[in-house]
Amino acid sequence: MTAPSRSFQEVLAAAHGVSKAYGATTALDGVDFTVTAGETVGLLGPNGAGKSTLLNLLSGLRQPDSGRVELFGQDPRNPLARQALGTTPQATSVPATLRVRETVDFVGSHYASPVPTAELLDGFGLGAASNKQCGGLSGGQQRRLLVALALVGRPRLVILDEPTTGLDVEARENLWERLADYRAGGGTLLITSHYLDEIQTLASRVVVINGGSVVADGNVDAIRSRVSISRVSFHTSLPPSYFESQPGTVSASLSASGATTVLTHDADDTVRRLVREQVEFRGLEVHAASLEEAFISLTQRAGGPEHNTERKAAR
Amino acid sequence: MTGTAAARPPATQPANKPLFELIRIHTRAQVLEQLRIPVAVLSSTVFPTLALVFFVLPQTAVTSDPQASLMSIAQLAVFGVMSAFLFNYGIGVAEERANPWSSYVRTLPVGAFPATVARAITAMMFAFFALVPVLVVGATTTAGLQLYTDGTLSWWRIPVSVVVWLLCGLPFLFLGLLIGYLCTSKVAIAVTQVVFFPLAFAGGMMLPPVIFSPGLNTFSQFLPSRAARDISVSALSGEDLPATSVLCFLVWTVLLCAGAVWANRRDQGRRFR
Repeated sequence: MTAPSRSFQEVLAAAHGVSKAYGATTALDGVDFTVTAGETVGLLGPNGAGKSTLLNLLSGLRQPDSGRVELFGQDPRNPLARQALGTTPQATSVPATLRVRETVDFVGSHYASPVPTAELLDGFGLGAASNKQCGGLSGGQQRRLLVALALVGRPRLVILDEPTTGLDVEARENLWERLADYRAGGGTLLITSHYLDEIQTLASRVVVINGGSVVADGNVDAIRSRVSISRVSFHTSLPPSYFESQPGTVSASLSASGATTVLTHDADDTVRRLVREQVEFRGLEVHAASLEEAFISLTQRAGGPEHNTERKAAR
Repeated sequence: MTGTAAARPPATQPANKPLFELIRIHTRAQVLEQLRIPVAVLSSTVFPTLALVFFVLPQTAVTSDPQASLMSIAQLAVFGVMSAFLFNYGIGVAEERANPWSSYVRTLPVGAFPATVARAITAMMFAFFALVPVLVVGATTTAGLQLYTDGTLSWWRIPVSVVVWLLCGLPFLFLGLLIGYLCTSKVAIAVTQVVFFPLAFAGGMMLPPVIFSPGLNTFSQFLPSRAARDISVSALSGEDLPATSVLCFLVWTVLLCAGAVWANRRDQGRRFR
């Protein structure tokens, strides 16, 4: 699955046969994973799949129970290994009483050649707020500050855990622009997000993780073709549950506009059935599934419908 | 993109900032954070002075006796340092562990040491600010200063006493760290309070040990608070210092330091379950 062109590139972060359990709960089970220089890797998976645990291992916050984790060829728990790493704090955890400028200065002064604070804040549209205390920032401003902190040390690898959660559309676009700039400058990005359409446009490679294991690893198209999910939508008076039991169907749901959407592994068969069973329908549309839908079918094997509701709640 | 990335030679890892610089930036951030909550700073600063005003000044038998005055001032000074260290660390560290910001700071290219030292420096600095008003109020309202003005005691004892009081806080700093690393913040508040008052009382910080029963006095001599109290009183008032107090103090300091280091190491891998 790994493209041959990557094999001679420098590995920035890697997990080799890594397992991690919390008590009786297995968070990661024998995970192999690498990020090479210049890549943008999207890490996808439902809540509780082990994404955050993997990121925490790579950024030196935790130790694996077995296996080996590497960051720039060193143990991530060694502070030296983290000199070229940028991460974000979790939402709303900035020190409330420090000023924005002071917070950026504080983080930046850990690095050999940080981006000048004023320049960084202007780039993120926070120039006017630089003298505010962090606790006084709006939610969107806080999120932007958090991502700015990841970039202040001119890192070679940036790890972002759901950076766009809670951002409005404009702030999200600004953020992706900044990250695109970073990437254009040769930066490497490892990112998780619930906005899968964005990962789809940004990431060169997607890794899907579920139940503590990597279930898919490849470029966006490869992931999609691997699951080859189609979306068949139409208007009908029958309830969605009628279609759920049919072979090849991943899920069936009723949208707000009244259209019934069936995700299926075999669109042809689904349409044939509709006709054969003389189901009354109109406005039939068939599309290739989005990455998000592909992702649902990949992760649904292990979980039941509760994965769906959890995922929706998280958005 | 692939071409440029592949062509780039393996980057040499830039070195981390020198330790001194890291301690400086962490201290700066912590001091700023504390100063932005003036009420908290003010209350910890005036606490020992208030204790002096309420518990010592009404006792004319004490305030008219220079030796007893100096003893009371020294006891309350080290009491203030002990409470500042125990509460700052015991509760502060426990709260910090639960705070995602501190887990973020651990992803920066810095070990645990600079932040811990910065905490100690910050705590000592604020404890120092608490000692100044104690000395001023003590000098102006008690007879203690007489021993200095009449030449019985040399003036160098006053600055030396301040340093000694701050150093006497060290075992309590380590005890606070130990509690902070072992407990969640709610448990840490309770444990610190349960530990603090008996230590302060049985250590002779509130009432002088001369009025203790023989049994309590013997027990007291095994406590770090009593040892810290004896050393503190001796520094300011010139009272005899038993060698056993110094020994007791050193043993406790080493033990609690080892405990704090152990708790910190143990904590690293499983802070954020």
